[in-house]
Amino acid sequence: MLSDTDLQAIGLTLRLATTTTLILFVVGTPIAWWLARTRSRWKGPIGAVVALPLVLPPTVLGFYLLVAMGPNGPVGQLTQSLGIGLLPFTFWGLVVASVFYSFPFMVQPVQNAFEAMGERPLEAAATLRASPLDRFFTVAVPLSLPGFATAGILTFAHTVGEFGVVLMIGGNIPGVTRVASVQIYDYVEALEYGNAHRLAAVLLVFSFLVLLALYSWRPDLRKT
Amino acid sequence: MRDSVSKPGIRARLRVEWPGFTLDVDEHLPPRGVTALFGHSGSGKTTLLRCIAGLERKATGQVCFNGEVWQDERTWVPTHRRPIGYVFQEASLFPHLTVLGNLRYGQRRTLAKAENQRPGENKLSEVSEDKFSLEHAIELLGIGHLLERRPAALSGGERQRVGMARALAVRPRLLLMDEPLAALDLARKQEILPYLERLHDHLDIPVVYVSHAPDEVARLADHLVVMDEGRVQASGPLNEILSRLDLPIRLGEDAGVVLDGQVAERDERWHLLRVACCSASLWVRDNGAAVGDHARIRILARDISIAREPKTGTSILNTLPARVVSLGEDSHPALTLVKLDVAGSPVLARLTRRSAEELGLTPGMDVWIQIKAVALL
Repeated sequence: MLSDTDLQAIGLTLRLATTTTLILFVVGTPIAWWLARTRSRWKGPIGAVVALPLVLPPTVLGFYLLVAMGPNGPVGQLTQSLGIGLLPFTFWGLVVASVFYSFPFMVQPVQNAFEAMGERPLEAAATLRASPLDRFFTVAVPLSLPGFATAGILTFAHTVGEFGVVLMIGGNIPGVTRVASVQIYDYVEALEYGNAHRLAAVLLVFSFLVLLALYSWRPDLRKT
Repeated sequence: MRDSVSKPGIRARLRVEWPGFTLDVDEHLPPRGVTALFGHSGSGKTTLLRCIAGLERKATGQVCFNGEVWQDERTWVPTHRRPIGYVFQEASLFPHLTVLGNLRYGQRRTLAKAENQRPGENKLSEVSEDKFSLEHAIELLGIGHLLERRPAALSGGERQRVGMARALAVRPRLLLMDEPLAALDLARKQEILPYLERLHDHLDIPVVYVSHAPDEVARLADHLVVMDEGRVQASGPLNEILSRLDLPIRLGEDAGVVLDGQVAERDERWHLLRVACCSASLWVRDNGAAVGDHARIRILARDISIAREPKTGTSILNTLPARVVSLGEDSHPALTLVKLDVAGSPVLARLTRRSAEELGLTPGMDVWIQIKAVALL
């Protein structure tokens, strides 16, 4: 049914989406926390930067990342001096690009959850002898779990659906950067519609199941 | 200055400025009993309480508790290091934990801190003592049957009781309560008040209680701080403040005094109790209190009438001799508030100006007061 290259592309896609999601949980949460609670005048500009990938064409984002990570770009010079080499056309280059590309999908649901929780539960925890870090992990995170779940699912799914950025940064190297969406593009270019159909159907069913889970699973902590 | 810092009790010299509101207080609250911060909403009473708890970072000034500095120009003890218990207006239980989980949240952390501070000391006895204090709090507030439930499955009154037990489980040295009854309907209030009175009788730590309800203050407070527009209008022992002629105007219909006494006798036939207070006796409806119990009674100014002679042939049970202390203005120009001395205790009576004139009331005059209603609290 699915060819080995198809399975390879799907495996790579899942690996990329998982890695991106995990990294974004770590990177996005502090930023969401800061955005939810700050009264700084930087809240607006930072919030806008976080939301940029929502409106920017993926090719624009990909182009800038390609330049930045290229041999003459600041990131490229840094990675070269660290002995990592250049990131474009590697798996980790794709990871970096995906992290930027999916940033708002992680930050915004988590930020909304933190904002909905409000200050009061944290104050209550403080009067019960919990230090700031303690309050974060024992009160803020459990109370925001639905937000984290939504963020994780959206980030994962959005990374799976990535195409333009991948093409700009990663090209089309089998087993390294050829993810499922690029594979489909190849099939269509080669007029292999049968193969394209199979893989496209897999992605369609996957996307539907993810969204179904998201819309029907509404954990309500208030219930007993 | 040094004296006021090291004096037992709470010293709060604080200033908070927000657009349209300034809190500016310099108060010393007593180290014992229940101190009520009383005022309308927006008077700054909750803000003052939050400052004492360390929940208002913008406050400048000084907060000391029994000589410990919690806040001044150089010091800021964060909330989680202040030995307080705090009861919020809406209980603010953690919805992701059971009732027991909520109670243990603070208790566990208190315990951990106590061990860190005094390593090597007899931990076992401390653990068992602490367990006792949690059990004690559960029993005191009657929530033993709720421990496995989630906060969402509790009624408003039950939630508030759990909130109080949770605050007690950290073994605070100071209990702060922010209108714990304000979000509840009358029936729920009646359900909780007895528990609050038990706290009042059983706790040996000072309590600061924010309220805008005169009846709660009358039942629970020993000291009263009256606040308005971010400032303290008056502060002192409850009855001293309640009987001041310049303040009760604010209380309107609720102007009146509170007297502490003792149940002296039960009249089974008429279902009455005789309460001995201010070297006199008052008959009140039997509420089931035992003879010898401490009794707090409230007499509203509107329920007292004044006569020059002891009257007979009236339905009123309680008639006492009194002496006029002073006459003051009341909320309506037709009315006057009369401050009387009943065997050393101040009592307020509300009369029409016309009656006062016809009786020829002047300070120092001996009269009889008839008390139409006495509420045993």
